[in-house]
Parts: sequence; structure tokens; C-alpha cells
Amino acid sequence: MALLALGGLPAQAQESPYFVTYDHYLEEPGSLEVEYFSNLATQRGGRSFDAYWIELEYGATAWWTTELYLDAQSTFGDSTIFTGFRLENRFRLLKSEHVINPVLYVEYEQISEADKIMKEIEGHDVEADHATPNAILRQGHNHELELKLLLSSTRYGWNFAVNPLATKPLTGGDPWEFGYAMGVSRPLALKASAKRCSLCRENFVAGVEMYGGLGDRPSFGLWQTSHYLAPVVAWNLPSNWTLRLSPGFGLNDHSHQFLLRWGISREFSGFGSKVASWFGGRR
Amino acid sequence: MIRSAIVGRAAVLLAAVLLVGIAAAQTTNSETQNPANSVYAELAKAPAKAAGRHNPLEADPEAAAAGAKLFELHCAECHGATADGGKKGPSLRAQEVQQATPGTLFWLLTNGVVRKGMPVWSRLPEPQRWQLVSYIKSLGPSQAPAKQ
Repeated sequence: MALLALGGLPAQAQESPYFVTYDHYLEEPGSLEVEYFSNLATQRGGRSFDAYWIELEYGATAWWTTELYLDAQSTFGDSTIFTGFRLENRFRLLKSEHVINPVLYVEYEQISEADKIMKEIEGHDVEADHATPNAILRQGHNHELELKLLLSSTRYGWNFAVNPLATKPLTGGDPWEFGYAMGVSRPLALKASAKRCSLCRENFVAGVEMYGGLGDRPSFGLWQTSHYLAPVVAWNLPSNWTLRLSPGFGLNDHSHQFLLRWGISREFSGFGSKVASWFGGRR
Repeated sequence: MIRSAIVGRAAVLLAAVLLVGIAAAQTTNSETQNPANSVYAELAKAPAKAAGRHNPLEADPEAAAAGAKLFELHCAECHGATADGGKKGPSLRAQEVQQATPGTLFWLLTNGVVRKGMPVWSRLPEPQRWQLVSYIKSLGPSQAPAKQ
């Protein structure tokens, strides 16, 4: 209902095409972005699945973005289950633009082992982890702290981003796990056209991202890890909507052979002041 | 039972996160509305080299029109539909802005004023930032007193 009431807020879409990699751009202050993403994956030795999630991304300030994820998945011929939630915060560390711009990413996850959205690949995550039936996987629960350093640079329209990550299970005494994501992207046109249009080249951003695990503290490296290469494209519509698509390809025998990610999102500018006004605050 | 407990906890957490965020955003509002913290003061901080840059699209007859479209998409929410100042952002038709060099405005767009609520806009490619500068400079000074 609240989102319907916000339907008339003006457009403000200029989103990155990445699914896994983050650049250094945060949500505009007071804006709420509602996003739905899907990750369709082939599975050897088990059943293919479609994992999906909703993201609510809010720009608290120009240097802080906070986000809630709600995850679920359907394993074909098995079941559909809710798999948990994540709370994410991103903090811009420098107040102005530099050649490389660091952003600190801190996330708390409370998810079951049946979570398959593959928003990050870490440690020794491999395809075989997803072959077990949901009834068994959902019995295991993960409470994790995830830290990333988002390094990103934009030059001549090209964005380059590298995200090393480390996760620490908060229960069970498991070791730190490591992973990475990196991406490069560019709008198809750098100049905007004078007309308001949906199919103008400047509304499309294309690129490629790569992500994978780097083992854990006792066994850091590429042994028994999975890696993916995925072209990405985003279509930023002037009507506030963004569509994203990314076919992903496993790079070794431990990876899913094929992933198809897609997403749709809509930004609600001025969400914060609108909500504040409902409670008697200043608009 | 367990699932409903998790969903309930998630809903509470979401509410908490959004309320904290909204509170933080309101704090930013009050900062930008205080003349002492005005974004205008940031214009003076542009390095001489950046301030001296010329707008490469100055002679482009479509630059201001394209900039107007970009302004509506990305800037009007804060600075107002006519750029006379809005809920969070100051007027861009004030003397301080209109008298600033194109290079200074480009520098401010690129770097934002992050601590005072204005995001960096380097996400927009350079030509689009110059198109925005063309549009802002085309507005001319406001006849009405500037809102901060």
C-alpha cells in the first residue's frame, strides 16, 4: 500500500548492470529501490532450480545505503521454500571522487543451507552443495557476517569494480571464507539525447562480471572452488524501472554449467521525506 | 512456527532499518537547509585546474535540452522542477551557482557534497554531466529570492 501511494514520485533511474559485483555508487538519499531478482541454474547430480529474492534498498544518506534481502527458491520437482534474510549496509569512505573509490560493505545473513541465490560465491562453494533435496538442506542454518571492500573507478564512461570479500560464520566455529567479484561496464552512449525515450542507447549499460570463491583460512586458494563469467546488461527506463539480464557460465567442473539471472527494479525517489510527512515530519 | 518467527523478525528489522535511515536522511535535510552549511560554499573549493575547464558542449545546440531531460530525471527531486530549490537541495538559479564557471559546476557534480547530502554524480558519463552544466547555466538567475 505504501509503495502504491508513492507511485507518483518522479523518476531517478541510472542503475548498474551488475548482479554480484558492486560499484561505489550508493542509493540517492531518501530514495527506496524495490528490486526482484531471479537466478535460474542448471544442476548436475540433482534438480535445477530457480532462486529468487527481493531487495529493499534505501539511501539513508549520501554516504550510507542500507538494504534488506528476502530470499526464496524453487527446486524443480522438489519444493518452494523461504530461505532467509540478509541485512546489508554500504558506507562510502571518502567524501569525494578519486581514481579508486572504496566503499565498506557489511552484511548480516540469517539463511538456511537451502539458499541458492548465489549473490556471492565464497570459500569452497561448489555446485554439489545444491544437489541435496530441500528437506535436508533447510535443516542447516547459517548466521554469517560478510565483509567486502568495494573498489570502483569510472573513467571515460567505463566502470571498473573489484570486490574482495570475507565471511565469518557466527556459530559453529567455522573459519573465515574468502571470495571475489569484479566487473567492467559502460553505457552504450555517453551523451544523452534531447528527447525523452525508452530505447535511446544511453539507457542501456552493458558489461561483464566474474566472481568466485577463494577458499577459507586453512586452505586459501583456488582448490575446490567455483567461478563464473557473466555478461550483463541493464536497461534503465525513464519511467523509473530498470531491467537486468545476465547469462552466466561456469568456468570449472565445480561450477554450475549455466546460470540465467534477471531482475526488475523500481526506484521511489523521496521515499524518506514522504514517510516522514505521514508522521508529521517535514517533507 | 519457525518460519513465521523468522518473517516476524525480518519485518521488525526492516522497520528498524528504514526508520533509522529516514531519521538520518532528515538530519541531512536540516543540514542542507541551514545557510551556514550551504552547498554554495563548496563551489569555492573547486581546484583552479577544475574550475578553469571549458564546457566541451558549449557550442552544442542540443546540450541544454538534453541537460533539461537529465535534470528532470536525476536532480529535480531535490532541487525542484524549476531548479529554484526544493525539499533538500538549494536553488541552482542563485547568483553563486550562475556566476560559477562551468568547470566549477562540473567539478561539484562529479564529486558531490557527500557530507551534506548531495551524492556524487560521476555515475553519469562526462558528456552527460556537461549537458547538465549547459542546462543549469541556461537557466539564468532567478527573479525570486533563492530558497536554501
